[in-house]
Amino acid sequence: MDFTLRKEHEMARSLFKEFAEKEVKPLAQEVDETEEFPRGTVEKMAKNGFLGIPVPKEYGGQGCDPLTYVMCVEELSKVCGTTGVIVSAHTSLCCDPIMTFGTEEQKQKYLVPLAKGEKLGAFGLTEPGAGTDAQGQQTKAVLDGDEYVLNGSKIFITNGKEADVYVVFAVTGMIEKRGKMIKEISAFIVEKGTPGFSFGTKEKKMGIRGSSTYELIFTDCRVPKENMLGKQGQGFKIAMHTLDGGRIGIAAQALGIAEGALERTIAYTKERKQFGRTIAAQQNTQFQLADMATKVQAAQLLVYKAAMAKATQKEYGFEAAQAKLYAAEVAMEVTTKAVQLHGGYGYTREYEVERMMRDAKITEIYEGTSEVQRMVISSALLK
Amino acid sequence: MKVVVCIKQVPDTKGGVKFNPDGTLDRAAMMTIMNPDDKAGLEAALRLKDQYGAEVTVLTMGLPKAEDVLREAIAMGADKGVLVTDRVLGGADTWATSQTLAGALRNMDYDLIITGRQAIDGDTAQVGPQISEHLNIPVISYAQSLKIEGDSVIVERQYDDRYHVLKAKMPCLITALAELNEPRYMTPGGIFDACKAEITVWGRADLKDVEDSNLGLKGSPTQIAKASDKVRKGAGEKVTLDPSESVDYIVGKLKEKHVI
Repeated sequence: MDFTLRKEHEMARSLFKEFAEKEVKPLAQEVDETEEFPRGTVEKMAKNGFLGIPVPKEYGGQGCDPLTYVMCVEELSKVCGTTGVIVSAHTSLCCDPIMTFGTEEQKQKYLVPLAKGEKLGAFGLTEPGAGTDAQGQQTKAVLDGDEYVLNGSKIFITNGKEADVYVVFAVTGMIEKRGKMIKEISAFIVEKGTPGFSFGTKEKKMGIRGSSTYELIFTDCRVPKENMLGKQGQGFKIAMHTLDGGRIGIAAQALGIAEGALERTIAYTKERKQFGRTIAAQQNTQFQLADMATKVQAAQLLVYKAAMAKATQKEYGFEAAQAKLYAAEVAMEVTTKAVQLHGGYGYTREYEVERMMRDAKITEIYEGTSEVQRMVISSALLK
Repeated sequence: MKVVVCIKQVPDTKGGVKFNPDGTLDRAAMMTIMNPDDKAGLEAALRLKDQYGAEVTVLTMGLPKAEDVLREAIAMGADKGVLVTDRVLGGADTWATSQTLAGALRNMDYDLIITGRQAIDGDTAQVGPQISEHLNIPVISYAQSLKIEGDSVIVERQYDDRYHVLKAKMPCLITALAELNEPRYMTPGGIFDACKAEITVWGRADLKDVEDSNLGLKGSPTQIAKASDKVRKGAGEKVTLDPSESVDYIVGKLKEKHVI
């Protein structure tokens, strides 16, 4: 087993690092303070191919592997969790399902501009009564002539108002499964500007405050029937498959946040003096840093392993769940310790670790809570 | 239109500088980057590619690991890379370097050659103009802007507090300033292609019309007496004098340092 990165991954990392340092880091605090979506950064990322990294070249993408994409989200999140999740939601939750389940026409019409970064993507599954319980969907789609008529709403949608293309899930009927009647869920591609599709409230969040998190509202919204993604009734499968990939993206975001907090804490503890010497000279600090670095390294190995599994295996939900569970919990632990090691200064907005601790929390919640990841992992162990 | 850009892998000064016992740079031991002026030259060439469909070839001389800088250039959009590497070429000063690059360029088709103004590891600004002399083509140095008009290039050449506008018929050589433009980033897909790209590798035997006596350390008229990393300057000396005394004091100091 060889843990050495290939040349292309080393070069890609240096590219993402340079871009993150030059283009993203200088704006990160401001994006957090103002809660404004970093549109300019997204345009620069689009220009440089960051919005279609794992999409094949014939569909306007960069033709790279999932590991390269993961490194991009990781390096962006090291300096700005908001920017990391914008790329992750666009790529994993919108490009990926269209790439995997879309028809050739859908790929040409939607995937090509998404992968080129001409359009931004989002994913609408969560509803007020359907979080972890995706079967709780209330949004309905009824076929009327050549169109489906959507009614209902989605909440907590990342890239909400800023996106152009949305993968949306809705109930298309009831079916019998193991003697029980359950909802039949289907997926649709919905374009911004479709009559009957509007935006509700913007969420005021603890962290990733620059990401545009909105409610999507569908009122007699007519979507052409050729915009159904996959087959009727395949929605739940598409959603679960998409979230397996999405979890790798969020794991990479969590990893990046943890790495960023660790880097800043190492630098700070070497400068900050108490009792006549740097706090890095105190054994407590050294032991804390050693634990943080070891856990970050372990998280990185799990995240990279999940990315490699996505490249080489048909099913990778187990690896994705382990990576997301561990990386998210490490991100929370490491950023909390980072604030502690910064002392009172770490609690102020002048220091980035304060933002990083707030940004870290969501990685334990969205795209499957840590509890859901434990369910996925344990059900695979016990089947 | 064919453009050849000469680029150099230079030490990343952020990573610290290391030397061999003979005073030359220990390039193998240092973190490296593409020389900033060369990167601006490459960007200028890539813009000609975007605008006119120019074919862009990057050329470098160095250790085998200098191949990395060619791959970086290809990942930014260059079409081909040529590496000139040979033990007998090691330790070259500007004269031997320009002879080597000219020997390689004689094998290549070009309408325009672009080099950086100077490399951050030597700051001589000699190699570009020397290449043009060896190849007997015009040179315009210190380019802060560049455009093509028919079979000529029109260049704004930086000069103190102004610039000169010069026109030269191609083939010619331009030396680029970092201020010429903001170089683009590599793209992720470009990186994957660059890692698969075949790099042409030439040795001494592939150089055309060059004497051995003009190559490598032996062919280098420059002798390095001493080389060192940046030395921090002291705090300096502060004096408080009235204006007439100040003049005498300054003149005295300048005489002492043999400036006047």
